[in-house]
Amino acid sequence: MSGSTPAFVALAAAMAQALAILVGVVLLAAVMTVVERRLLGLWQDRHGPNRVGPAGSLQLVADMIKILFKEDWIPPFADRPLFVLAPVIAMASLLLSFMIIPLTPTWGVADWHIGLLFFFAMAGINVYAVLLGGWSSGNKYALLGAMRATAQTLSYEVFMGLSLMGVVALAGSFNLREIVAAQQGLWFIVPQFLGFCTFLVAGVAVTHRHPFDQPEAEQELADGYHIEYSGMKFGMFFIGEYIGMVLVSALIVTLFFGGWLGPWLPPFAWFALKTGALLVLFVLLRAALPRPRHDHVMSFGWRVCLPLTLINLLVTGAAILWLSPATD
Amino acid sequence: MWTSLIPATWSQLRTLGMVFRHAFRRRETVNYPDEAVYLPPRFRGRIVLTRDPDGEERCVACNLCAVACPVDCIALEKGEAEDGRWYPSSFRINFSRCIYCGLCEEACPTSAIQLTPDFEMSEYRRQDLVYEKEDLLIDGPGKDHDYHFYKVAGLAIAGKDKGEARDEKPPRDVRTLLP
Amino acid sequence: MELAFYASGLVAVLATLRVITSTNPIHALLYLIVSLLAVAMVFFALGAPFAGALEVIVYAGAIMVLFVFVVMMLNLKETVTAQERAWLGPRTWAGPSLLAAVLLVVLIAVLWRGDIGRVIAGDTLTAQAVGTVLFGPWLLVVELAAVLLLAALVTASHVGRSASRPPDDGSDGA
Repeated sequence: MSGSTPAFVALAAAMAQALAILVGVVLLAAVMTVVERRLLGLWQDRHGPNRVGPAGSLQLVADMIKILFKEDWIPPFADRPLFVLAPVIAMASLLLSFMIIPLTPTWGVADWHIGLLFFFAMAGINVYAVLLGGWSSGNKYALLGAMRATAQTLSYEVFMGLSLMGVVALAGSFNLREIVAAQQGLWFIVPQFLGFCTFLVAGVAVTHRHPFDQPEAEQELADGYHIEYSGMKFGMFFIGEYIGMVLVSALIVTLFFGGWLGPWLPPFAWFALKTGALLVLFVLLRAALPRPRHDHVMSFGWRVCLPLTLINLLVTGAAILWLSPATD
Repeated sequence: MWTSLIPATWSQLRTLGMVFRHAFRRRETVNYPDEAVYLPPRFRGRIVLTRDPDGEERCVACNLCAVACPVDCIALEKGEAEDGRWYPSSFRINFSRCIYCGLCEEACPTSAIQLTPDFEMSEYRRQDLVYEKEDLLIDGPGKDHDYHFYKVAGLAIAGKDKGEARDEKPPRDVRTLLP
Repeated sequence: MELAFYASGLVAVLATLRVITSTNPIHALLYLIVSLLAVAMVFFALGAPFAGALEVIVYAGAIMVLFVFVVMMLNLKETVTAQERAWLGPRTWAGPSLLAAVLLVVLIAVLWRGDIGRVIAGDTLTAQAVGTVLFGPWLLVVELAAVLLLAALVTASHVGRSASRPPDDGSDGA
């Protein structure tokens, strides 16, 4: 390939864009770990971590130095290859999902017509991180955590997919750009309110965020599936959780809140604002809601959320058929 | 489950709202090293040995504090001055064991040992938490400003014989039968 | 596209070989997952990303998770590895391999002689096209499959119900 052909320049630009998004997402996830602690402090009438640097701004640096220099220990009873593989899957699968999310009309990594399906595929792969991490640790608590995580994630992924089918049917495409474009007049949260509710619940459950964090319930399982992890391997699980949070927020924004659409401000500002608001909502959920029992989580998923999504899908399909002009 | 769905959802949303409103409340914690912590006057912190209003040591080495101490962190030895007063020739409190229960203060008959509102006693070495008498002794009377043990006690010391203490009658001569 | 097809096909074959020869059940299952992912890549390379994504979601993401889940619960010890190793002796695999080899020869011969007339092009089949085909000419098959799945669902629900305890209606919380 000769150095300065337009194709090469376009390729380099796309690579740079992808790299920027990757770094941005990882950094945002890392920053969220500190922001979450400050916000939790705010809602619990505390100050939160504010000692390192001006107003606690360097807390993240301190945390990173700490976690990078911790001993990276692999237990002798662990299954070594899987033990190392699990955190990689945890982080990589969620990071890959960011490929499909369009940040602005021009920014985004991949523009696929199966966009949303790719997210479901990666969410499916992500289960293995918890499953393998829990099993390879050779620890009972870890195995119990992995069991819970798997059962919960599988159950909630069922209606996570179904809850988005209403959006897909309205937009007529799996492509997230087209879905955003279809929300030009009306954000999909209005016609798809039930789908939004169930997807929010499923998103929280699939990322094991509070109040659906039974897989890593400290009080019962002493940290669940990552109990044997330390150092940067734990860090990857930890950051992976926040990447999942950012991912679900960005997806909800794209699917239900019109993505970059909005008046006055530039598109990226709208996208960032909406995503930030949803991230704050995630933290608020953690601050406010207690953790339900695991069998309640399961029965809530199967007995309430799944029927709700099915009803939503049915009504959406009927409405689309009702409103669309007869073609034959 | 379905009938309670709407009230349950409303309850969760209400919880979210109530917790969110806490963002505008007063912080319950203080930025400790920057802001001083309010300690009430009766806070039980670092232990001191006080002096009476004349500037003499109050402690009479009666060992009641050492007996009362549930963790046995107080150790002292009795000494006797030439004027007849008892005093602790050494007084040692191991603050790495002390639980700041205040029982020594309650047991003390002379208000000598007192707990003060001060908890900033951290040390890097455990041995530094063993306080000797010169570390414990302060120059003032502490919380009890007027109390002066030897002025009310019947013990004879130099300059005050038996019967000369406050509210004390002269000693009765037990060898006479006269009233 | 051809390179991607052959590379992922090779990965699929090699991973499947390791599925058979691996003595650790969990590792064998992992190779099976890799194999399924490679098959999904084959679909992508053939221009059927919808099928590829479904392959990952359904097979790698859901069914294999259940496999791994169950095998994990079995608390497999060293004896299992020894047993697997014993099963991998030539006496066990020689017969099936011979029969499979015959089938392979037949397959290659058919492929060699017949003109398949298909080349790997970059044409992409969209989800919409798949849906149109599924719910157009093949509607009856889709409906039959749905009925079959429903029957399986009802059966699983019936078998999985515990007889001693009345089903929890979730009224002790929600």
